[in-house]
Amino acid sequence: MTDTTVTPVSAKPAKSILEIDARTKKRNAAEKRFKAYGIAAICVGLFFLVALLWAIIQNGTPAFTQTYVTLDVELLEEKLDKTGERDIEAIKKVSTFGYKPLIQNALVDATEGMETEIEDKNLAKLLSDSAAAQIRDYVIANPDQIGETVEFTVLASSRVDGYLKGRVTREDLARDKNLSPDHLDLIDQMVEDGSVERIFNWAFITGADASEKRPESAGIGVSMIGSFFMMLVVLILALPIGVAASIYLEEFAPQNRFTDLIEVNISNLAAVPSIVFGILGLAVFIQFAHLPQSAPIVGGLTLTLMTLPTIVISTRASLKAVPPSIRDAALGVGASKMQTVFHHVLPLAMPGILTGTIIGLAQALGETAPLLLIGMVGFIASNYPEGVASGFLDPNSAMPAQIYEWAKRADPAYYERAWGGIIVLLVFLLTMNIIAIILRRRFERRW
Amino acid sequence: MEDLAYMDRQMSTEQDIKISAKNVQVYYADNHAIKDVNVDIADKTVTAFIGPSGCGKSTFLRCINRMNDTIDVCRVEGAIKIDGEDIYDKRVDPVQLRAKVGMVFQKPNPFPKSIYDNVAYGPRIHGLAKNRAELDDIVEKALRRGAIWDEVKDRLDAPGTGLSGGQQQRLCIARAVATEPQVLLMDEPCSALDPIATAQVEELIDELRQNYSVVIVTHSMQQAARVSQKTAFFHLGNLVEYDDTDKIFTNPEDERTESYISGRIG
Ligand SMILES: Nc1ncnc2c1ncn2[C@@H]1O[C@H](COP(=O)(O)OP(=O)(O)OP(=O)(O)O)[C@@H](O)[C@H]1O
Ligand SMILES: [Mg+2]
Repeated sequence: MTDTTVTPVSAKPAKSILEIDARTKKRNAAEKRFKAYGIAAICVGLFFLVALLWAIIQNGTPAFTQTYVTLDVELLEEKLDKTGERDIEAIKKVSTFGYKPLIQNALVDATEGMETEIEDKNLAKLLSDSAAAQIRDYVIANPDQIGETVEFTVLASSRVDGYLKGRVTREDLARDKNLSPDHLDLIDQMVEDGSVERIFNWAFITGADASEKRPESAGIGVSMIGSFFMMLVVLILALPIGVAASIYLEEFAPQNRFTDLIEVNISNLAAVPSIVFGILGLAVFIQFAHLPQSAPIVGGLTLTLMTLPTIVISTRASLKAVPPSIRDAALGVGASKMQTVFHHVLPLAMPGILTGTIIGLAQALGETAPLLLIGMVGFIASNYPEGVASGFLDPNSAMPAQIYEWAKRADPAYYERAWGGIIVLLVFLLTMNIIAIILRRRFERRW
Repeated sequence: MEDLAYMDRQMSTEQDIKISAKNVQVYYADNHAIKDVNVDIADKTVTAFIGPSGCGKSTFLRCINRMNDTIDVCRVEGAIKIDGEDIYDKRVDPVQLRAKVGMVFQKPNPFPKSIYDNVAYGPRIHGLAKNRAELDDIVEKALRRGAIWDEVKDRLDAPGTGLSGGQQQRLCIARAVATEPQVLLMDEPCSALDPIATAQVEELIDELRQNYSVVIVTHSMQQAARVSQKTAFFHLGNLVEYDDTDKIFTNPEDERTESYISGRIG
């Protein structure tokens, strides 16, 4: 070793590192090009994201405001309670039709002194059909107010609302049977007068769906409750089952043909189109188990089937990512396999498991196709569930199903609500994500 | 001094046999990693396993506390007895065995928990402490034996993974001794340590010998010579030579041993 002769440094003069040779130049150029492609790709992505968000916000925000008309309605005793006995049953006998004259009178009073050629009986077309029902409900709840004049804030019709939002123009109304351009002139005057205004519409977020003819009173609240109960079912079932299955497969199961087969099948299940799960849900939960149709519990069970593979795959990945040295360490001090998993491996895998669960839940939340087959799409979600049990069992819709339903309806006012529904859905999703991030922070250890 | 140390070694080698391996074969699927190994390891002795990389030192070490059970493809044949009891008997629960046979790994692997919890974990799951005060005691004692108490006593709540590599390894040793094992297996415990920490760990190993049978795998001849009373030389899955450390390093019988020690194979 020591007797090797020192070979002289090659006679070729060393190249200066201040000069960049051709090869390096080529390499640098390639790198630059690659970076440029990357940036371009990100820009394209960002552009589409911005365009999407802009479209959603542009189209969806009008759904969150609604035009209301403030009216002083005289609750005439001779119309509402002829006997004067305030017998609640008798008052209930007066249908919404009986309230029409009162509303008409109120409108005539409100438009007193305004220039218009509309006949008195056509004035009520400014208002939503729900106005009469709203006043009737009030009277039934407060029979002692009969005979008084009470101020009501009632919904304007969707055309009026559309006019104030710029969706409906005078030209559109030329062919409209309900509203005439004269109505719009009157509305202009009423807006100036302050009796018609557009205000934030909580009823859109909390309310129930309405029939085809009353888009102004349709809300997404009830189907949001439907979605909520479905997510509850998915969370309660898919998380423990998925995590338990993954832990077993990853930590306990022997490696053999059978477990390989299971593994391949789980990966395949994650790629199965969701409508397949829908028809499975229909066959198993409704036709075989006779669970009620359109019920969130069935939707939840069906979506659980769909979410399980996602949770299993991500949980297994995060269990795999826990360094084996931690398992060795625990086993080395005499922990059992189970203690090793639950004391050391699972806590470290928790953030990953939560991420997977949230991705699965988010997928399930936005899923429409399987709901089609179990009758949750097309169901008019017009009643709030009465309690927790009926929340699971009573027919209901879900947010994406509701959005689809609205988008399908002819009235452009519903189209606007579909966009608004998407905003609510996205906010719901965002809330779920934020909760997940907070939980993940809790579990994440900094070391 | 030299004489005294020699005497000491002589005495310790006359101890009872703690671990006795008979015709041990280990297979990783088709790979025959340990071939017919017979060895008797004495109590209260440090036994060093040396040999070139891939010769099966770790594999054999892991047989002694049945860590190989966790590897699906691994198959162990033959008999390994600790205190005369076959550890591969059907009735043996490896979990119970591992409480008796502690292990320190090549790479420091503290739990991502506090220093205190790292050491307290073993005693906790084995129910060695009746209350918090007792547990505190056990932890302190273990950390002292791991020669790390002075460095960490003020920050027992700090994460174990925040320590330096050498400190982590000593923490792992403390963790292993906290469960009061009878045998301590160490797989290259000093490979990540600087000379000072190595010296500390070696001192510690010498001390542990009072109570335990220590088996240490090492790539450092000097270390084997310094800390062990017995040395086993493995080569290609065979136990080539097993004798007193002095003998192995001064007058080996097998020529493979000699060439390995003198640096010609490896
Ligand atoms: N988990 C495993 N699966 C399959 N084969 C393994 C496994 N662990 C070790 N082996 C094989 O067993 C043989 C012995 O390996 P072992 O780890 O015991 O060597 P070693 O003597 O500890 O080496 P080193 O000094 O490098 O740590 C090698 O041929 C190795 O490829
Ligand atoms: Mg090794």
